[in-house]
Order: sequence, then C-alpha cells, then structure tokens
Amino acid sequence: MPGGQHMTCKELVELVTDYLEGALPDTDRVRFDEHLQGCPFCRTYLDQMRQTIRTLGQLPEEAIAPEALAELMARFKEWR
Amino acid sequence: MNVTSHADAPLVDALKRRDEAAFVQIVRQYHGQLLRLAMVYARSRAVAEEIVQDAWLGVVQGIDTFEGRSSFKTWLFRILVNRARTRAQREGRTIPFSSVWDASREPNEPAVDPDRFLPATDRDWPFHWAVPPKAWGSSPEAEVLARESLELVEHAIAELPPAQREVITLRDVEGWESEEVCNVLGISETNQRVLLHRARSRVRAALERHFDLE
Repeated sequence: MPGGQHMTCKELVELVTDYLEGALPDTDRVRFDEHLQGCPFCRTYLDQMRQTIRTLGQLPEEAIAPEALAELMARFKEWR
Repeated sequence: MNVTSHADAPLVDALKRRDEAAFVQIVRQYHGQLLRLAMVYARSRAVAEEIVQDAWLGVVQGIDTFEGRSSFKTWLFRILVNRARTRAQREGRTIPFSSVWDASREPNEPAVDPDRFLPATDRDWPFHWAVPPKAWGSSPEAEVLARESLELVEHAIAELPPAQREVITLRDVEGWESEEVCNVLGISETNQRVLLHRARSRVRAALERHFDLE
C-alpha cells in the first residue's frame, strides 16, 4: 500500500525513475530495494526500463546536409 | 557554469573572432541534436530544418553578447527553444510545452495499466503483479532486434505528448544532465522527473507490446 511499510509492485513501477535518478528519500529507497530482492517480476520491470533508456541513447544522430551547411556558411560570411 | 571552464570555450572565442572553421565545427557538433529537438516543435521535417537554420543565425547575431554565464550549449539550445516556441505561437498553434506543464492539471497517468495488478481486495498480494512483465532477454537475432527496437523507440517518441518528448529527447536520447535540461526548457527538477518518468514508461510499454507479440 502506498506509504505503507512494504512496497507493492504497483507503487514500485511509479518510483522507478526517482530510484534511478537517486531522488528517492532513504526510507523509500530501502523499501524499494527490499521489494526488488523478493520480487523477480519487478526486477524484470526495472531491467526493461534500463534497456529502454539504453536503446534511447543509441538512436542515431543525423549529420547536417551539405546544402544546409553551404547556406549557413553563406550567411556566416555575410555577417563576418 | 562559466564558459571558461567549459569544453566549448575555445570554439566560442574563435567564433567571436569570426573564425569560419570554428563555425563549421560547432555546426557539425550540434546540428543533429538541434534538429532532433526542433522536430518536437515543428509540423514537418522542412519546418524543423528552418527552425535550426534560424537558431544558427541567432547564434551568429548574438555571439558577441554571449558572456558565458551559462554554458554555450545551454545558450544555443535556449535560442532554438525560444525561436521554435515563438514560431508556433505566431502560427497560432498552442503546444503544451513542458514550460507550462502543470502536474496538478494533468490526468494521472499510470506507468503500467492498472489492470495488470491484483486488486486492493486480494487477500494475499494486493497491488502486486497479476500480469507480470516477461523478460525480453537476448536472442540469436539480437542485432536485428536491436535495429527493430531503435525504429520502435523512434516511433514511440514521436507519439509522445510534446512536454514529455522535450524532456526524454534531451535526457535519454542526447544524454544530458537533468540540470541542463531544466535550464534549457525552463522547468523545475520535479516536473522534469515526472515528465521523464511518464515518457520512459510509455516507451517501455511500446517495446513490451512489440516483444510480447513475437
């Protein structure tokens, strides 16, 4: 139950980001860790969140198109 | 952060001296990131590119007044965000940006469908998993899966509400610190965390829907 002594799975999934951000108060952090120890499902859930974050970090970045760069350089020269 | 202690400081000085090579280098370094953020505000790819070009002109026009009270990166992205938001306003579009986002006026958005948990009345395990997540693991086609995941994640981000999309783009896609994100978007740490949490939860759910179908 929220705020109760033992953390529920439903409560845990809402605290994952605070947990990963180190923003949980100590008491909640302890309850979170205790729950994780005994709950393989929530460990899977936390894993999936970590995998999600890793995948987000792997999205490729686009390089500037040559025409766009040429146009910018032209403006830069005008300004100079 | 003072710019003199920042990695971009030499580039900024060169830019102030109208050094062309420095300009090219800085454009190459940040263009992709700017474009990705601009896509949050723009209705089309073409408009996003215009917004980025516009931001670069803002840099050129404003570099002499840049005093390094923020990092160059923060300053640059603030120019982009301001111009993009102004443009949306001018076009009469109201985008619910993170800067005007108010948790108390938003509907509650559970990270996981509440039906996946046992009810409060369950004798043994109230609010514990009824339909738990299945491990995604890694498969022989890990590489194919990874490529698929990237496409899925790209798509999932594009579907997010703008306020969530702004935050997750800078935090998780670009890997910024939360303080930088708050500075550029003009939001509190708390709102940033709530938006990040909702965004991540939605993207995870999108991946789960995909993997569960396999």
